[in-house]
Amino acid sequence: MKKNQWLDHVILIIGALFMIIPIWLIFASSTHNPNTIISDGLQWLPGGNFTSVYTEVWNKSIGFSSDVNAKSMIINSMIMGLGFAIGKIIISMMAAYALVYFRMPFASLWFWLIFVTLLLPLEVRIIPSYEVVASLGMLNSFSGLILPLIASATATFFFRQFFRTIPNELLEAAQLDNAGPIRFFLDILLPLSKTMIAAIFIIMFVVGWNQYLWPIMMTTDESYNTIVMGIKQTLSDISQSSQPRYDHAFALVIFAMLPPILVIIIFQRWFIKGLVETEK
Amino acid sequence: MLALKNLVKTYENGHQAVKGVSVDIKQGEFIVLVGPSGCGKSSILRSIAGLESITGGEIHLNNRRIDNEKPASRDIAMVFQNYALYPHMTVYENLAYGLKNRGIDRDTIESKIEKVAKTLKIADYLERKPAKLSGGQRQRVAMGRAIVRDPQLFLFDEPLSNLDASLRAHMRLEIKKLQRELAVTSVYVTHDQVEAMTLADRIIVLNQGEIEQIGTPAEVYHQPASTFVASFIGSPAMNFHQAEIADGVINFEHQSIFIAEYAHLSAQTIQLGIRPEHAVLEPSKSGLSFSLTVQAVEPLGPNQLVHGLVNDKVFTALTPELHFASKQVLTLHVAKQHLHLFDKNGQRLQALAQEVAQAS
Amino acid sequence: MEQRQQYTHSALPYFLLVPQIAIIAIFFFYPAAEAVYLSFMLEDPWGQSSLFVGLENYTILFNSTEYLKSVVFTLGFALVVSFLSLSIALLLAVKANNILHGKGAYKITLTWVYAVAPAVAGIMGGFMFNPHIGVFTEIFASLGWDFSLYTDPFDATFVLVLVSVWKQVSVNFIYFLAGLQSISYAVNEAAMLDCESDRRRFWTITFPLLAPTGFFLLVINLTYAFFETFGVIDTLTSGGPGGGTTSLVYKIYRDGFIGTDLGGSAAQSVVLLVLVLALTWVQFKFVEKRVHY
Repeated sequence: MKKNQWLDHVILIIGALFMIIPIWLIFASSTHNPNTIISDGLQWLPGGNFTSVYTEVWNKSIGFSSDVNAKSMIINSMIMGLGFAIGKIIISMMAAYALVYFRMPFASLWFWLIFVTLLLPLEVRIIPSYEVVASLGMLNSFSGLILPLIASATATFFFRQFFRTIPNELLEAAQLDNAGPIRFFLDILLPLSKTMIAAIFIIMFVVGWNQYLWPIMMTTDESYNTIVMGIKQTLSDISQSSQPRYDHAFALVIFAMLPPILVIIIFQRWFIKGLVETEK
Repeated sequence: MLALKNLVKTYENGHQAVKGVSVDIKQGEFIVLVGPSGCGKSSILRSIAGLESITGGEIHLNNRRIDNEKPASRDIAMVFQNYALYPHMTVYENLAYGLKNRGIDRDTIESKIEKVAKTLKIADYLERKPAKLSGGQRQRVAMGRAIVRDPQLFLFDEPLSNLDASLRAHMRLEIKKLQRELAVTSVYVTHDQVEAMTLADRIIVLNQGEIEQIGTPAEVYHQPASTFVASFIGSPAMNFHQAEIADGVINFEHQSIFIAEYAHLSAQTIQLGIRPEHAVLEPSKSGLSFSLTVQAVEPLGPNQLVHGLVNDKVFTALTPELHFASKQVLTLHVAKQHLHLFDKNGQRLQALAQEVAQAS
Repeated sequence: MEQRQQYTHSALPYFLLVPQIAIIAIFFFYPAAEAVYLSFMLEDPWGQSSLFVGLENYTILFNSTEYLKSVVFTLGFALVVSFLSLSIALLLAVKANNILHGKGAYKITLTWVYAVAPAVAGIMGGFMFNPHIGVFTEIFASLGWDFSLYTDPFDATFVLVLVSVWKQVSVNFIYFLAGLQSISYAVNEAAMLDCESDRRRFWTITFPLLAPTGFFLLVINLTYAFFETFGVIDTLTSGGPGGGTTSLVYKIYRDGFIGTDLGGSAAQSVVLLVLVLALTWVQFKFVEKRVHY
């Protein structure tokens, strides 16, 4: 019945190559001697320097004044990604729980306040936001990096929508079973939200890890560099050098991509669920 | 034991779901609230449970006013329509949850669950999660969760409506046996008149937030208080035809019949109610006869439904399996004790007792 | 009548809402209001004094050829990126949905790029098209295209579009595939009986059924092209050459953060806010059935 499947495969393979080739080129080139790159350009096949380059980049400071290396930047990115994801989940679950399960005055006002933040992406309030954080003394700190970003209309709606799909009878049964609001949340709602939490966690971790604009504004102290923003520094360092260490730059790029890519591949099912469900 | 006093429930949007319902329920009684959707039966049940606050009136349980108490402290257990089992907990944990939250110690919980599991025959799957159970098993677990708490009152909110027909009949019987065995006062909500008839000690028929009739299944069937009750209880529904009455003489279809029990009634136009199963082919010695033009026959197996016209109005009769041609004219007979009389407002016109009627 | 059972509890819900509302107030509403306020002020470069200048910042803005150039670039860039990434993703999703074998493998290879940060994607693009080491520069040169990322605005835009599309295809692919899979098997089979031509069936049945997904994705893609491509631009071209790839967001950042023209930058923010408003209004019009309150 299905003819011409080979054509479909050809198109898909071209698509897949389009996705993979850049990453492969960078990876293959990272394992070569930088002089090969300078003289012959990027390499299609891997070279022999894999271990040495990656251990060097992991441990040694490249283009930074202080003791900043891939390891320290990855740790910062981890803190950023985890803090961002966990913070968002906690804050939006709490808000969504209040909005769905409590009768309170001005409920729609609170809802709209949260909703309106969709209209205010960081980019339209960037300078004043910076000033607020500066005046609170939160520049160059993890709290300054993470806290302003964890309010989330999307995540709140996501949980609100999900809570509404939970049959009302469960709450009623819980009330007869002598479970108050806090116990209901911890014993019933939280366990039922497990996959939802996992799904949104994956998305938010990746988004947090990939933050760029906010960290470059917020951090002047290199010890707070995340890896995504740290590469830029390495890059400018390299472009000024007469013997650019391209291999180091490439290895850093790989380090910057690897953790989120792994997360997405390993938790692919949850990731796709989270992506498709958040936008509902 | 359970007393509702002038219960009123008005929703925020102004809809008055319950309009002053009062009823006294005796210890151990099985009460079924029945009525079409929107009649307020669920609102009453949920008000008793405390899942909804009431607008007016009082609820007393064992001489204790409970309408201001929170649901958990009313000493009531409820079986929900969709069972409302906690999907992430095993059967055992589902049963234990309410007890645990009441601070009952582990050993007591265990022995209670063991006992209930034996009664309900769910001991084999205490470690399973609800998703791994069949509909009937879930139903048992839902009942188990109610029973294990030893409440003073059971509430059932259409608990069988999600089961298929054969299982429903089976579970119906089980619920009845269990209720007799445990002798716990129960209030059961359903829109299914068969469930109401089979389960109830007394049926409360509700219509638009008000009680139409309270009575035993037999009373509700044989002496429906109104055309509403008469058409709601019994399947297929009762036939209604207009007739005239004066001095105990009923005029219907060019026929007059004197019934002494109704001699006290003033002359008026009435609604004559005849149940399909009471319109028979054999003549009765004192009854009403009329002709029916057959339109369609629906065989049911042991008997059949004959739909036709009586004086250009539809009429349904239940007859034995016989062949009738379309347009065939049948003569049907109704014994006079099977005639139901309702006034123009649909209220039952009561027959005087035989002796009284004869004496007068 | 059907109403959710709710707890009535005096303090708890407020306690639950406080963190979210506090962050919103401090880091969203206050700065946004401040941006509006600043857009009417002229501040001296040291931030010591400021002067109310009315709409002057806006007049300057709309008379600036540089700004108008940026508006044109941003709109054009956003449309091209959205169109390309949507069409490529749709093509791949239809094919991936069609085949019987290897679906899982394609799905992974076509989605993992979602995890790459725009900034990192920009850096990679920079290497691919680097004048000295870039393989593609080399290939283009052998084809007779004197490709120059750092001096030719068109070439720079070309790379920006390519990288931005590369980064965005995966998200669109996931949504389109989900959309395709949600079309019921019965509808597909009915279509199979009614219409023999694969292509015709796609355009008359599948495509209309996917339209809601596509429309919703268009808004997502435009938002992406306006805002999230900041990282790509900053690492790849820094708005150059000659300001030829300066998007509106990049300009706000440059003027306000690096250039310290607070009033001008704030006015740009407000213009951008209006743009977001318009986009959200369109999106809301579309999703209001889903965001029913």
